[in-house]
Amino acid sequence: MTLLRTPPTRTPGTGQPHPDRTHTHATTPRGISLAQLRAALPGAVRKLDPRQLTASPVIFLVEVGAVLTTVLSVLRPSAFSWWVTVWLWATVLFATLAESVAESRGKAQASSLRRTQQETEARRLVAPTGTLPGGWTAESLDTVTVPSSQLVVGDVVVVVAGEVIPGDGDVVDGVATVDESAITGESAPVLRESGGDRSAVTGGTTVLSDQIAVRITAPPGSTFVDRMIALVEGSERQRTPNEIALNVLLTSLTLVFLLAVATLQPFAVYSGSRQSLVVLVALLVCLIPTTIGALLSAIGIAGMDRLVQHNVLAMSGRAVEAAGDVDVLLLDKTGTITLGNRQATELLSLPGTDDEELAHAARLSSLGDQTPEGRSIVDLVDSQLGDRAVLPDGAQLVEFSAVTRMSGVDVLRDGVPCRVRKGAASAVLRWVQDTGSRPGTDTDPAVTRKVDTVSRAGGTPLVVAEQTGDGPARVLGVIHLKDVVKPGVRERFAEMRAMGIRTVMVTGDNEVTARAIATEAGVDDVLAEATPQDKLAFIRREQEGGRLVAMAGDGTNDAPALAQADVGVAMGSGTAAAKEAGNMVDLDSDPTKLLDIVRIGKQLLITRGALTTFSVANDVAKYFAILPAMFVVVAPQMDALNIMRLSSPESAVVSAVIFNAVVILALVPLALRGVRYRAESAQSLLSRNLLVYGVGGLVTPFVGVKLIDLLVSLLPGF
Amino acid sequence: MGLVDTVLPALAQVGLLVALLALAHRPFGAYMAAVYTTTRRGRVESAWYRATGVDPDVDQRWSSYLVSLLGFSCVSVLGLYALGRLQGALPLSLGLPGADPAGAWNFAVSFTTNTNWQWYSGESTAGHLLQMAGFTVQNFVSAAVGLAVAVALVRGFARSRGDGRIGNFWVDLTRGVTRILLPISFLAALVLMAGGVIQTFDPHTATTTLTGGTQHLLGGPVASQEAIKELGTNGGGFFNANSSHPFENPNAVTNLLEIFLLLLIPSALPRTFGLMVDDRRQGWAILGVMGGLWAALVLATTWAELAGAGSAPQAAGAAMEGKEVRFGLATSALFAASTTATSTGAVNSMHDSFTGAGGGTVLFAMLLGEVVPGGVGAGLYGMLMLAVVAVFLAGLMVGRTPEYLGKKIGQREITLVALYVLVTPSLVLVGTALSVVLAPGLDGIQEPGPHGLSEVMYAFASAANNNGSAFAGLSTGTPYYNILLGLAMLLGRFVPIALVLALAGRLAAQPSLPASAGTLPTHRPTFVALLGSTVLVVAGLTFIPALSLGPIAEALS
Repeated sequence: MTLLRTPPTRTPGTGQPHPDRTHTHATTPRGISLAQLRAALPGAVRKLDPRQLTASPVIFLVEVGAVLTTVLSVLRPSAFSWWVTVWLWATVLFATLAESVAESRGKAQASSLRRTQQETEARRLVAPTGTLPGGWTAESLDTVTVPSSQLVVGDVVVVVAGEVIPGDGDVVDGVATVDESAITGESAPVLRESGGDRSAVTGGTTVLSDQIAVRITAPPGSTFVDRMIALVEGSERQRTPNEIALNVLLTSLTLVFLLAVATLQPFAVYSGSRQSLVVLVALLVCLIPTTIGALLSAIGIAGMDRLVQHNVLAMSGRAVEAAGDVDVLLLDKTGTITLGNRQATELLSLPGTDDEELAHAARLSSLGDQTPEGRSIVDLVDSQLGDRAVLPDGAQLVEFSAVTRMSGVDVLRDGVPCRVRKGAASAVLRWVQDTGSRPGTDTDPAVTRKVDTVSRAGGTPLVVAEQTGDGPARVLGVIHLKDVVKPGVRERFAEMRAMGIRTVMVTGDNEVTARAIATEAGVDDVLAEATPQDKLAFIRREQEGGRLVAMAGDGTNDAPALAQADVGVAMGSGTAAAKEAGNMVDLDSDPTKLLDIVRIGKQLLITRGALTTFSVANDVAKYFAILPAMFVVVAPQMDALNIMRLSSPESAVVSAVIFNAVVILALVPLALRGVRYRAESAQSLLSRNLLVYGVGGLVTPFVGVKLIDLLVSLLPGF
Repeated sequence: MGLVDTVLPALAQVGLLVALLALAHRPFGAYMAAVYTTTRRGRVESAWYRATGVDPDVDQRWSSYLVSLLGFSCVSVLGLYALGRLQGALPLSLGLPGADPAGAWNFAVSFTTNTNWQWYSGESTAGHLLQMAGFTVQNFVSAAVGLAVAVALVRGFARSRGDGRIGNFWVDLTRGVTRILLPISFLAALVLMAGGVIQTFDPHTATTTLTGGTQHLLGGPVASQEAIKELGTNGGGFFNANSSHPFENPNAVTNLLEIFLLLLIPSALPRTFGLMVDDRRQGWAILGVMGGLWAALVLATTWAELAGAGSAPQAAGAAMEGKEVRFGLATSALFAASTTATSTGAVNSMHDSFTGAGGGTVLFAMLLGEVVPGGVGAGLYGMLMLAVVAVFLAGLMVGRTPEYLGKKIGQREITLVALYVLVTPSLVLVGTALSVVLAPGLDGIQEPGPHGLSEVMYAFASAANNNGSAFAGLSTGTPYYNILLGLAMLLGRFVPIALVLALAGRLAAQPSLPASAGTLPTHRPTFVALLGSTVLVVAGLTFIPALSLGPIAEALS
């Protein structure tokens, strides 16, 4: 007896997440321009200071080598040693340049943020109180004007339309619309009001309408914007655990090669082919993992930067890495998995009721209903029946109230008063009885059956009834209100599953409803009828099992769970408590962002691993270039190893050194962009990355060194 | 040389060997796992613990496990040193005098570290007491120490309690000796005797030669030592000629049995590992890497010797110098590759006389770090350390903090592994470099040029990796080499062990993480290839420059 059925609404663009989503004030870079390089050059030169380089032992060693060959070249000049020297310095410079370029992008963002930080005047209440007299205006209060830099935590300031909010705080009185575009890049104003989860305001944003009193919660200099600036500039960048661990491995590799090259001289002396120090330094620099050593910090900075481009601020790099490790995603149902509001998808008429009659009644009762649910009922009937009737004159709207739990309309139909009601099953059935309808023997079970059907499917049933004149009312049918799963969500959860991440839906709904939606959205598990304590307990339980949990939240009651989660993403619109508890803030307040954050975290780690593998794989070719060149004089048979047929020993060494330097520059865009990441299982990721960066790293230098040798051999002195 | 009379028998021999090892793999691997995990103790074992004051139910943290191990090994070194120095005053010395301090130091360290490097000729230096109470005892316990360390590391991976406890050294040592090494050695000795290996307390047998003269043939309790020499990947021969001596290794059958024995424990340990971490596929993966590289080494050595490049083999028609006619080229190559790949160091031919490429291959087999399949216990723990390196790189490439068998590889873990990887190359390279610069080192080199460098490098590779075989061209019985190689053996054994146990402790202190589709699978062919490449690349990149002036230059000439 199904009358109308529409497919779930597909509204393109509503919360449709996209990996390459760009934002108003940041775009995803696809490469680096010459201008960028030129701008970053002064910073790169400053970074040549050896004291700054000690953080990267690999590059520090290259610089020591460069100094050494410079001295040797001055003492005993030759075209060969000068070429090696120049390219060793280039290697160091390319490394610092990579870092400098990565930082420069953050600096641009920081300077635009700084503009929001101009000194403003604040109207401070002389007596900081949270309770203001009703009907206050800025003038009626006892205020004193002070520079915003002199505010202290606990001060209460008054901000009216057109003024800039002088500091971070919570609204203690009033409601206002606020333009937060300076921080989020989002031009639509947001509502801020006292109490509840929308009370937090950020210094530097502008009140557009109305007025608010704000209690300052952060001292000047450590506000949210200050933290943002520090983060995007990288001045507070601390190396993350995996980065430190990788650095340990790189340092030990460097030591191994230092040992191999240092002991090579005694062997060479024994063999009667003492090597020049310049050649040994060149060999060492080619062998140590300079590529990854040069790009390591740029990769880290760029990773944080990519988050900023997604309008996410990570309070620590540790959290970004943890995002890559996440095993469980805790997602709120509403707003993340389903569109915020329920939509009518189906009308189920009772036996003895005409389908059209139900449709008309349902539509009529909803015409005056401005809630999204009400509008969706009108839309449903319109799309199916083409009903364009408007509310007749004299119609009386009956608003929904918590007591009646129904809404509807009273109209005159052919002069007879007609009352249509829709609402929760129990409420409407009681109303029907009250109108004198005999407790039906056949109506009630039929209604209950329909209501159960809808509930089991994860929907919310609305019963529609009608009373004509003074006669008893009768039930016409049931409207199926459905939680509409966001388009594209199912596919993204499938991706998560492929990546080994379990998605858990959190909802206040009962188990049956929750399960139905979970099945439709494709999440792995549900936490139904969940209280904030349940969430916290769930996170703890997962963590005890060794799993890392990520979640998003905005309310103060989410704060404990946000703090407990390994990756806690607070919504930018959320309360100060939530932002304080989380280790990331999403300025767009889009909980689906969790999926992007996981992606970025993984991409960061993959980029490091891939470039390390590439760097080490490169060494094989370099051996084939340099070793025959070194020893061919004393052992002519070594020429057999010169499989690239490089033109001369000198050219071979210089070509390897040049390749080594140039490859750093060539990989800077990749380091900044991150290697391509597809959501797939670890096994296929491994196979593909090993092929691309392992085998690729093995082959590339053979080609590269050969090509450079063709050029170098044209130079005088080679 | 035709296909039928060389290649086919060689293949058949390898096939038979692999078949025997495959037959033993599952039951023996499971048996060893049971030995180290069971809580049941026999009456004799319990009495032994009571007598020695060991509480077998107390699991140790890594630090006390290490202290017990070092204490035990220290006593072993001192005991052997005393036995060697005082030999002249002790019974059963066969009239042989005590060894000089440097020499005694060297063999004391050598046998305690499971290296069994021999600067001396067994028959003219060691009497029965030193051989039996000294060397043979150490052959058992040094192998059991290696097994204990491997098992402790595996427990670090396998245990999820997070209490950092990795077992009891004394229990592991006792069980390794009494339940694994002794029974198999006993059986093997019987089989070897049946095959013609001698076992006698009579030091001399006088025979009359064809020309009517009298010849004294030296004998002794050879079979009993021969079995454990191979089974424990020790390699220290009763005679100087080691397994090329007809009394140690009379024929093709005993030869095959000896190769089987030296591969038996190292090749079955991956099964033990797989069972202990409760994922047999992990064991197969490790075995795959070990087996693949071992096969490659055998193939390379055999090919090099059969091809017989070089002027001497060309002139003689085959690279038979230094090889027993009883065994021939392929059998000698199989033995050589297996003994160097297992840190045994027993030889049935003189590696010094191998072709440039063949000698280089067996040298490289040691430089791989003795992990394919490596020494008893040492091979498994060495391979697992390299697996951690591979997991670290590969783990990053799948976008997660690297984890192996449910344990995260963080900064501390990778630091321990990085130091582990540094130790042996440092010892080999620094030792070799010193010896080709300093006069006492140069004095030992008998042949100039690349081969001389290979000899020195071989000695230090053998010592630092606890192999014990030698490129015989180097005169190493000097105080310089005895002291330096002794140091290399000592540091090459116990520094890595300390790092392995420290890692085991850290791993055991971590709770186990559950695996998901996002976890790097470490049992698939991709990982096997990755780990194999890691083994090759780590050793290759470190040693290629040095090798290029030694065996590579030699092989290319």
